[in-house]
Amino acid sequence: MMHMLNKIKKSVWWLLVPSLALVWWLFSAPAVNSETDTIASSETGVANVSEYQLDNGLKLIVKEDHRAPVVVSQVWYKVGSSYEYNGITGISHQLEHMMFKGTENLGPNEFSQIIAANGGRENAFTGRDYTAYFQTLEKDRLEVSFRLEAERMRNLKIDPAEVLKERDVVSEERRMRTDDNPKSLLREAFNSTAFVNSPYHHPVIGWMSDIQNYSLEDLNLWYQKWYAPNNATIVVVGDVEPDAVYALAKQYFSPLKPEVTAILKPQLEIPQKGTRSIQVKAPAELPYVMMGWKVPVVKTADMAWEPYALEVLAGILDGGASARFARELVRGQEIAAGVGAGYGMFSRLDDVFTIAGTPSQGNTVAELKDAIRIQLELLKNETVTSEELARVKAQVVANDVYEKDSVFYQALQIGMLDTIGVDWKLSDAYVDNVNKVTAEQVMSVAKKYFIDDGLTEAELVPIRVNEQTMEKATGESHDS
Amino acid sequence: MIHKITLFVASLLFTATIFASPQIQHWETSNGARVYFVAAPELPMLDISVVFDGGAARDGALPGTALLTSAILNEGAGDLDTDQIAAKFAGIGAKFGASAERDMALVSLRTLTAEPVLETALATFTTVLTEPTFPQDSFERLKKQVLIGLLAEKQSPAALASRAFYKNLFNEHPYSTMPSGEESSVTNITLDDLKAFYQQYYVTKNAVIVLVGDIEVDKAKAIAEQAVAGLNEGEAAKEIKPVMVLEKAVTKKIEHPSSQTHILMGQPGINRTDPDYFALYVGNHILGGSGLVSILSNEIREKRGLSYSVYSYFRPMRQLGPYQFGLQTRNEQAAEALEVMRNTLIDFIKDGPTEDELNAAKQNITGGFALRVDSNSKIANYLAMIGFYDLPLDYLDTFKDEVNSITTMQIKEAFARRIQPEKMLTVMVGGEAQ
Repeated sequence: MMHMLNKIKKSVWWLLVPSLALVWWLFSAPAVNSETDTIASSETGVANVSEYQLDNGLKLIVKEDHRAPVVVSQVWYKVGSSYEYNGITGISHQLEHMMFKGTENLGPNEFSQIIAANGGRENAFTGRDYTAYFQTLEKDRLEVSFRLEAERMRNLKIDPAEVLKERDVVSEERRMRTDDNPKSLLREAFNSTAFVNSPYHHPVIGWMSDIQNYSLEDLNLWYQKWYAPNNATIVVVGDVEPDAVYALAKQYFSPLKPEVTAILKPQLEIPQKGTRSIQVKAPAELPYVMMGWKVPVVKTADMAWEPYALEVLAGILDGGASARFARELVRGQEIAAGVGAGYGMFSRLDDVFTIAGTPSQGNTVAELKDAIRIQLELLKNETVTSEELARVKAQVVANDVYEKDSVFYQALQIGMLDTIGVDWKLSDAYVDNVNKVTAEQVMSVAKKYFIDDGLTEAELVPIRVNEQTMEKATGESHDS
Repeated sequence: MIHKITLFVASLLFTATIFASPQIQHWETSNGARVYFVAAPELPMLDISVVFDGGAARDGALPGTALLTSAILNEGAGDLDTDQIAAKFAGIGAKFGASAERDMALVSLRTLTAEPVLETALATFTTVLTEPTFPQDSFERLKKQVLIGLLAEKQSPAALASRAFYKNLFNEHPYSTMPSGEESSVTNITLDDLKAFYQQYYVTKNAVIVLVGDIEVDKAKAIAEQAVAGLNEGEAAKEIKPVMVLEKAVTKKIEHPSSQTHILMGQPGINRTDPDYFALYVGNHILGGSGLVSILSNEIREKRGLSYSVYSYFRPMRQLGPYQFGLQTRNEQAAEALEVMRNTLIDFIKDGPTEDELNAAKQNITGGFALRVDSNSKIANYLAMIGFYDLPLDYLDTFKDEVNSITTMQIKEAFARRIQPEKMLTVMVGGEAQ
């Protein structure tokens, strides 16, 4: 647990992942609320990636990385909170929890015990557009992963008593992540305001009353509907031989029957016709503000270059200590204690470009918002400098190398793209596409998308807690 | 030829066991900094860290000093101001970091190794490390940011619990304060305090240099030499005083308007070179260190659904670091969850692990050993640890054997001797039951 001032400078923007950063928080816990799916890299070439498909529709993508004798195996399902509707929000995440609680041939938690006994690390995460399960193992144990994942792809057995217990666990998870965290509360309210009929309206973990009322039948139906080989992609990265992995996949997954998976309704967000502003009052010490504008993503863009221009724009504002926000707002004017920009170009549906921050002591939220608006006006009226463009591009090129230090992250990139319905090979072109962005294009997307009619603002109004907080030292205790 | 074939076959049979740990090369710079290097030619990048015995444990009367000292380095150095330093690193995609934990202060760089990128990155890194100018305006701003960070802690029950845990676990010991300091101390720190701290602790006799990346050893030697040539030799920091164990159980309750109560429980644990390290590490792995399959997770989460996360871990430090248990649960069931956690520990001390549990733990730890060193950043972290705590160079090579040698009796005996559930600190941060 490093104590980095960087974190203070950035004031815990950990969910608002800056667009050029790793989604490191995805790795840290089971069932992460992936509110911002950020990805920023490309492959050096497709030569070391092999793609296969089994007769039952299961897709397998294998990437060789022989640096260490390890392998990561990830199973991605096309289901997540954006597939859900009111009343059962969060059920994809609840089902992800149930996937550890027993199958026809495995007792509760036995999956985890077997992986552990094989020296493996495992977990799962749920996002808006995907649910993924992963194991990292020494390379000769890949078979264990396939054997167990094949079992729970079709043979899950949900025990009613386990459902009740696990609903309690997820309720605790929601309390920890959202209810007792003022910034998360604000983010949740922000999303449910910015999106009216898009399923990005509701939180990945679900509303509390939905969590507490999932039935056994709800979960079984959700499992039947989405967990099938023809709705899944397996991504394997590591010190492996692709054809051997393919043979292993055939051995374990070929016997599984495909399912007629449901066709999703489009649920296209209605056009926004004016600024939406909300406040959330919560026990907190510091004010916080989020601003967001509707923008296209790679999957939805009419003009393919626009998401890359937005990506560069995010880097101009918030790509490290020399970006405009750090230089002008945190240092120069000292109006922000921290401020960040967030844009995830890879999602299934249109998303928002967000800017969020905490004003410095002595400054107000209104002053910070004005300062942010001035920065946006600058982007609309003056082309960014060639130095700034070169800097963002150099960072993208370097990050592309740095990210290869993690087999997990390499697998994550492929799995996420494929699951949202974007050709994963597009990640090859990522660096090129960023390099092609011009200063004029950055100005163009700034003018087109940072408009008040597409703006949603949410302000956290702190109800101070420190006055209420007092230490009751009971000293010597009842313990014996 | 036959030899080769035999070896090849053997390697197929024993792929998991013949995997070698990273080859660590070790030397000293001419001015006395200890260097640890692993060549990693696969990716065209380099990680370099300089670690000083200058963490928050050296803060003295002004907690926050170590953190602010590390934070001000890249605010001005040589002829460069803050913006210029930031632009130098960002312009080539290099990542600079500076941080302070309790034991270590760490200044680090990640860069590509292609020239002229590498040369620019190293030159800037060296200037920042060895010629900081301590600008007054940056200092004032950093202090304000730390103070805002302290306010942010007050809206987080987890952060409040952690602060109270260290404060009451370590009492008069330097480990008792947080690296981010306290409002009163941060307000009172002066720029001269930072300069003095830097002069005393950012010296080569007090430094470990870690290099992992795509360079040859000769290049590594030149880089290490150049990086710290501008630092004073100084002397190694004095030993930190020993940690006193708790004399009796203590419970601290902090009211917070949250729906959950965050519970931390623990006692001073072990240091990095502790003779009981492996017995306690493996034992705790079974009890609360192995995630979803630990005994604690089984009792708290699997059986009772009381908490999303429950864990226990030893954090070995220069002196005894914390042995910490934690969970969060809605306020109404805080007492029940605490009781289950305590009883689970008491039962474990009384009964010790079963042979099956120990075997499973050994399989988990040793069967996944390669995962511990499968990236440059993980290797760099191990090198920093080995160098800073003076662990043997073959620490990674012998790690599996050390784990495999542990018996159920050794674990039971070590827990009985070292862990005192009747003298633990318990911190509870949360609201009233509704």
